Amino acid sequence: MAQEKSKSNFSVKNFILKNNTYLILLVLFIVCSVVSRDFLTLSNLVNICQQYASTVIVSIGMLFVILTGGIDLSVGSIVAIGSVLSAYSLNSWGWGVVPACLISLLVGTACGTFTGFLVARTDMAPFVASLAMMTMARGIAYMISNGSPIMTPVNSISVLGTAKIFSWLTWLAVIAVIIVVAAWFVTNYLSFGRITIAIGSNEEAVHLAGINTMPIKMATYAISGFCSAIGGIIACSRTGIGSPAVGNGLELDCIAACVIGGASLSGGVGSPVKTVVGVLVLALIGNIMNLLAVPSYPQDVIKGIIIIFAVLLQRVTNKTTN
Amino acid sequence: MENQEYRIEMQDIKKAFSGVYALNGAQLRVKPGEIHALIGENGAGKSTLMKVLAGALQRDGGIVKIEGQEVHFSTPKEGKLAGIATIYQEFMLAPELTVTENIFIDRLNQEGKIIKWKRLTKEAERLLSEMGFDEINPGTKVSNLSVAYQQVVEICKSISRNAKVLILDEPTAVLTVKEIQKLFTLLKKLKADGVSIIYISHRLEEIFELCDTITVMKDGAFVDCIPAGSIDKDGLIRKMVGRELNQMFPKRNAEIGDTILEVEHLTGSELVQDISFSVKAGQVLGFYGLVGAGRTETMRAIFGADKWESGNIRFLGKSVHFKSPKQAVRAKLGMLPEDRKRQGVLLEQSIKMNTSITAMEKAQKSGIFNSKKETDFVKGLLAKINTKYTSIENPASSLSGGNQQKVALAKWLAADCKCIIFDEPTRGVDVGAKTEIYHCINQLAKAGLAIIMISSEMPELMGMCDDIIVMHQGRIRGTLSRDEFSEDNIIFAAMGGEK
Repeated sequence: MAQEKSKSNFSVKNFILKNNTYLILLVLFIVCSVVSRDFLTLSNLVNICQQYASTVIVSIGMLFVILTGGIDLSVGSIVAIGSVLSAYSLNSWGWGVVPACLISLLVGTACGTFTGFLVARTDMAPFVASLAMMTMARGIAYMISNGSPIMTPVNSISVLGTAKIFSWLTWLAVIAVIIVVAAWFVTNYLSFGRITIAIGSNEEAVHLAGINTMPIKMATYAISGFCSAIGGIIACSRTGIGSPAVGNGLELDCIAACVIGGASLSGGVGSPVKTVVGVLVLALIGNIMNLLAVPSYPQDVIKGIIIIFAVLLQRVTNKTTN
Repeated sequence: MENQEYRIEMQDIKKAFSGVYALNGAQLRVKPGEIHALIGENGAGKSTLMKVLAGALQRDGGIVKIEGQEVHFSTPKEGKLAGIATIYQEFMLAPELTVTENIFIDRLNQEGKIIKWKRLTKEAERLLSEMGFDEINPGTKVSNLSVAYQQVVEICKSISRNAKVLILDEPTAVLTVKEIQKLFTLLKKLKADGVSIIYISHRLEEIFELCDTITVMKDGAFVDCIPAGSIDKDGLIRKMVGRELNQMFPKRNAEIGDTILEVEHLTGSELVQDISFSVKAGQVLGFYGLVGAGRTETMRAIFGADKWESGNIRFLGKSVHFKSPKQAVRAKLGMLPEDRKRQGVLLEQSIKMNTSITAMEKAQKSGIFNSKKETDFVKGLLAKINTKYTSIENPASSLSGGNQQKVALAKWLAADCKCIIFDEPTRGVDVGAKTEIYHCINQLAKAGLAIIMISSEMPELMGMCDDIIVMHQGRIRGTLSRDEFSEDNIIFAAMGGEK
């Protein structure tokens, strides 16, 4: 009898430990609903989705890099390129929305590929390679825009930023969901995803198992650049303005989201769905503090504290499950 | 009275790691002003004994006396304070700091808050010239010095802390002949100053040239302590070996087939010189050598993990030159690396993932992983070699060492390899698991695979292999067939003896 009891206790504990990321989100959601009457309204929830769609997408790109044990600091700057370049090609070249988006995606992916080349081919530390790309990409964004924001023509890209399928479902949210599902599929069902995780776990062993790790590593940075460019297009579509300053500091939010979602910065561990949860945790914290009219500087402090808390909690749970 | 004669006395030392005795009845007595050689084959317990002496490990039993006083060191620092210094093969120097900084690194501001660079530099200069190395400039960055000079700096560092006992573990492995002579001059000088030197080496010629007394160890125990002048090389080797083969090696009756892998005059790095051998289907070919003999390097070169310059390799009848492990695996050559945790398995990933990684297409339907197909595939492979696990979704780290090794092996079965190189397959696994791994190897040989087995354990090789190749300093020194197997013959070749 006693044994049975301890067994059932153990499984409840296990359930909590295993799903702690989701539980943190759930608790946060309940707390938000209680402390502010404005939180649990359709317009606020839709607003959160709109606001964080690009963060979700960029974080997914970041996750691929983090899975290999790398890091990509350039995502925020590539978002700026995506934003500015799509606005510029619409405005100055008079391109249509589709080619404007395509050129942004192409350039964003190229930037990521270059970082990946430095990391995979020249063995440069990911931190350094992506730091260089971060500076360069930001500079390019300012060069394209000549330092000032670029207006886009009315009824072009900004339509995307506000378009809805139902009153509760926007196109931006749909795009984000598509990307997340795609990432989930890649990490779970394709060799590419498998090898990405394996590299982060033990690159030497993967190499000695007869797998060429270089193209895979390079590809993860390309994916990160691609996702960042989507993020930039979305940023542009929401305001109708291409801004070279957009995405400043976004890389840190994305890294935080991955980590809150249980990803390990040494690689090999992480999931797309949990990364979305990580973004949502950050989103809820930001949203509730805005609703409660907490000034912006204390907001940052509280955000930092909650990140520390979330990650410490994971440490504890990981130790107990092992 | 007699006790005072010795500076160091270690009596009946015992040390066990997870139940297995690494030291059991080890003994060592060293006089002041003596160069004392400590020899024994791989795994005889030399390094463990030295770690116990230096305080890096704590003994489970026995007595350690220094200058007649019994001591119990719980940290290496306590050992250092008692005057015991170890010079490891990888030097503990900070490469970006200068010679002076390295020598005095823990005493930079002993005389107050401000570092007196002038005085320290002068002191370093004096120490270096006392040792006969005027040519080393105390202001040079350590990374700019040759390995030999780095070693001198390391010794200098210890002497400046009044080390009375200097432990050198294979100090000449990285030195040229000329540098070795300089090192010997230095050691003899230190000996004249009354320092006791414990010298671990596999190179017997050096030991006869340098040392006064020799202690021989075997299987963690003391064998004999002999004055260097009263024994010759053969006699010494005979003392190092001589053990009974136990019954843990299962019989194999595999049919020997065609030649699978043929290597001719392979030359690559310094440790891969003019290597020629061949291995047939159903054959188990052993490679013995002391640490640093070049066995792993040779295999890595064949496998495409390291480069090689000249020679010929024929695999499955085709001339090959693998530029990467990927090419080797495609051609169906597999290698189980020596460091299981660092190179062999993905510890935190699932058993499933570890197994199918070399042949993912066999777990997929049109490029997409199929859970049922993968599960069947992986379970089938693991069952073939009797792997014990609870679920293939569990991480590899949840398995015992022996079963981890089987998972690492299963991935080569997944890739359908025709030849598998086992590099120290039984290192760090318990006795029962060892027998299991031997069974695996026999099974594979029976199934017509060619097996290469590197091992540092002679009994294991003699029990398992059809032939044993012995390497010494990058070259093959002997190829022994079954009827020539004896520990004497093997160790003789491994020590570089000519036949």
